[in-house]
Amino acid sequence: MSVVFSRTKGLTEAETHYCPGCTHGIAHRLVGEALEELDLLGNTIGCSAVGCSILSYNYINVDMIECLHGRAPAVATGIKRVRPDSIVFTYQGDGDLASIGTAEIVHAAHRGENITVVFVNNAIYGMTGGQMAPTTLAGQKVTTAPAGRNPVINGMPLKVSEMLAQIPGAAYVERVSLHSPKEIRKAKRAIKKGLTCQVEKRGFSLIEVLSTCPTGWGLSPVDAVAWLEANMVPYYPLGVLKAPEGGKNV
Amino acid sequence: MAGIQGIPHIAVDRCKGCGLCVSVCPQSVLAISDGAVNVKGYQPAIVAEPERCIGCTSCALICPDVVISVERIPVKKEVKS
Repeated sequence: MSVVFSRTKGLTEAETHYCPGCTHGIAHRLVGEALEELDLLGNTIGCSAVGCSILSYNYINVDMIECLHGRAPAVATGIKRVRPDSIVFTYQGDGDLASIGTAEIVHAAHRGENITVVFVNNAIYGMTGGQMAPTTLAGQKVTTAPAGRNPVINGMPLKVSEMLAQIPGAAYVERVSLHSPKEIRKAKRAIKKGLTCQVEKRGFSLIEVLSTCPTGWGLSPVDAVAWLEANMVPYYPLGVLKAPEGGKNV
Repeated sequence: MAGIQGIPHIAVDRCKGCGLCVSVCPQSVLAISDGAVNVKGYQPAIVAEPERCIGCTSCALICPDVVISVERIPVKKEVKS
């Protein structure tokens, strides 16, 4: 008899506050498993953001700091410069990273800070009640755009990974999704690659994780996963946008 | 013929009954409880047909609350003629 799947040491025993079917829990687990498998649990400092992931410091089993809204890359920069031997990652949603935190993430990438960013994109502000985010799809109905996002007024959704991938300081940028077990395996490989990139001092790494918000989208968890695959994946194509080899060697 | 039997374990009281595990199980092993409610007040996922499990871990991979663990045991299956 062999145990082929059990709870990782990278997660605490706490039960998450997330809604049923919210894929934040999967992303947490992948971060925990990646840190455990790379034997980094004792040497990692995490920076949690504002939004639904605000309490991630209760769930991921490493020392974590709660950062001001959008400022996690700036806090991570400070920690990494003071403690260059520690592994530093941020865990941010799209309401945090792609709107109020745009300046911080762009400049952290531009400086080639040797940190890893896990960017969870669920195309909506989940915690505050389903308002429109910069990443909300055209036509997607949200509480602040009940007729759907109108690109004429609101612009098209921001493709953060594409934007950051063209910055010379960014070493590794990949977009993954959590809509099926196969894609979840790929997502874990990407997070491990991002952390390895940091261990090897290659520079800034970002993994964008397409995620669901069943409550905000007004769908059942199973329908939300199908909606992600049918609507988000075509606009936010999956894959490596920048390979580590092209990065800055620190 | 040697095969693999999987044994899924569900921490029922931590389950939020989202049903993602049921949707990805290729063998229809899991089901959402029909009536029984856990301590959280959700109708949790249950192992409805344990003998069909092949130990693929798809359910555990997609579970957002990490409530599923999976074991595998080797079994001898009779070859159907």
